[in-house]
Amino acid sequence: MTALPGPYVRTEMLPQQPPPIGQAGLLRWVRENLFSSVLNATLTLVTILVVFSLVRHMLPWFANSVWTAGSLTECREMLDGKTGACFSVVADRWNQMVFGFYPVELYWRPILAVVLLLAALAPMLFSGVPRQLLWFSVFYPAVAVWLLWGGSLWGPILATVGFGIAFMVYQSVARLQALLAAPLALLSLMVWWLWGVGLVAGVAQSIVPLDLTEVRSHEFGGFMLSVVIGVTGIALSLPMGILLALGRKSDLFLIRTVCIGFIEFIRGVPLITLLFTASTLLNYFLPPNTNFDITLRVIIMVTIFAAAYMAEVIRGGLSALPTGQYEAADALGLNYWKAQRLIIMPQALKISIPGIVNTFIGLFKDTTLVIFIGLLDPLGLTNSIRADVNWNGIYWELFLFVGVMFFIVCFSMSRYSMYLERRLKTDHL
Amino acid sequence: MSQATAEKPALPISTEVAVEIASMNKWYGSFHVLRDINMTVMTGERIVICGPSGSGKSTLIRCINRLEEHQSGRITVDGTELTSDLKNIDKVRSEVGMVFQHFNLFPHLTILENCTLAPIWVRNVPKKEAEEVAMHFLEKVKIPEQAMKYPGQLSGGQQQRVAIARSLCMKPRIMLFDEPTSALDPEMIKEVLDTMIELAEEGMTMLCVTHEMGFAQAVANRVVFMDQGQIVEQNTPKEFFNNPQSDRTKLFLSQILGH
Repeated sequence: MTALPGPYVRTEMLPQQPPPIGQAGLLRWVRENLFSSVLNATLTLVTILVVFSLVRHMLPWFANSVWTAGSLTECREMLDGKTGACFSVVADRWNQMVFGFYPVELYWRPILAVVLLLAALAPMLFSGVPRQLLWFSVFYPAVAVWLLWGGSLWGPILATVGFGIAFMVYQSVARLQALLAAPLALLSLMVWWLWGVGLVAGVAQSIVPLDLTEVRSHEFGGFMLSVVIGVTGIALSLPMGILLALGRKSDLFLIRTVCIGFIEFIRGVPLITLLFTASTLLNYFLPPNTNFDITLRVIIMVTIFAAAYMAEVIRGGLSALPTGQYEAADALGLNYWKAQRLIIMPQALKISIPGIVNTFIGLFKDTTLVIFIGLLDPLGLTNSIRADVNWNGIYWELFLFVGVMFFIVCFSMSRYSMYLERRLKTDHL
Repeated sequence: MSQATAEKPALPISTEVAVEIASMNKWYGSFHVLRDINMTVMTGERIVICGPSGSGKSTLIRCINRLEEHQSGRITVDGTELTSDLKNIDKVRSEVGMVFQHFNLFPHLTILENCTLAPIWVRNVPKKEAEEVAMHFLEKVKIPEQAMKYPGQLSGGQQQRVAIARSLCMKPRIMLFDEPTSALDPEMIKEVLDTMIELAEEGMTMLCVTHEMGFAQAVANRVVFMDQGQIVEQNTPKEFFNNPQSDRTKLFLSQILGH
């Protein structure tokens, strides 16, 4: 029998001590992670062997690579029997891979559009950028359309202004009749787009002409096409997905049914089917002689496809919020839209960041599917490059190049989403 | 129990009706959760609602700001009847503050932003003014130094005091408390109850669902006992605790005060 401990009273509280040293250190890490048991040691050695032999075979291919040849034959002559990549094709066809068949003298326009895109994105992506720049972001789509397709700047700008007009109509009507506000705002937007824009743009154009040479959609190609479809799809699918997710959770039967039907239908159909619909079937349903831009059709299809997935991702975020958040917002007197905007969405979107970015990345990679409807995305261009007798038979280098470019964009998105999650983290700092 | 020993101050009660509930019934599906509730609350009254769990006490106060919808009868808050008219509901909600069991602070906003959000977006108060008001109430609940932190960095008791301050920033005429101390550690219950007592002493109309009988004795001027969705007994705290009338009340009191 051990004696029971006697009464005890602590006379002083212990201060915090630093943790024992020797928790870090390279040797310790190696021992613990690579050679902790016989099995692990064996696996480590086998892996090193595999990696080594891979590198041994691939290194010469990269190391001997030729960047200056004018054709595959010339390339092989320069290599003189050695293994080596012929990246000359990338150098030779760089402009085509990036701009497709965009007129060479107008390359400055897509380049400027990309530079301005970064400026327009900056205030949305990073908190340190002045908020006033957001006004530029609002008008960026109009400027980008103008730069890429040319024509008059007034059309796209005035089309953007339409949203402001619709908003003002909504504000002024909502004060008198809440139910009529939304339909009237929509109506004013339609009227403005159908007649107002053309009329005012014509007048403005005659006073201050802001014209650029027009470039047709079929001249777009390469990474430029991927980026145009990808960026527009990403920018439009998020708001559309939010509305669909809210609609799916709505109490109103009609709205809920339409949203569920839309989401389930689009998710149940392969994207390629939608793209074929866009390229061929749609022509049968449109009035004869309508010239509905093919790029625009593809963008619409890619957007609604991504929006359906987006809606489900965001619905997941909404479901993860405790009901107490909705109740607290209600109890403070916030109406539905204010509660959504200030309380619910900031939290639901934050929860959904990984899923949202996942959908973005998927969308961007899916832009390569437009190859099947005859648009020349980077992969489509590799075919036309091979059709040139100079580069007939070159595969690896082109696919590797396309792969690396896509990887850079997708990996950046992934890293950004991790940064954003860290920045928005507000619990236990 | 908290400050049961505090000397009960004479608190003014006006003759103005704050909340009137007349033959109100509510069902969850086919379950009759609130049965024929009749209750009148005067401005400045402090009412404690108690009863066993599942007796409908939370549901009752949640009906007062329409977090729950009632199916028959009438609820009038400050002269506005609660119907399906959204305008009336928003009006009532902006005048009735509510404190929840689980605080329900907005975790993505700082303490200060939690307090200024509703005044700015519902009452259109300028930001600077809203922040001054918020700091005033944060000082009142004794945590002005936490204003720039996020809710996740505060203890439960502090969070609940922020929740009270957040409600007060809307300058409500009536405050509803739904088991405000049930989710708190014993050491933190007192700081929240002290805040509520202080509020009561300033003449706030309060309806409070709580198991803190000490609080009921200290500040309530009426205790309402509910069971099975109906009001079984209501009386002054003194009479209620010392001289309960119904057998159900006696049983309830013996169980919660018996240990």
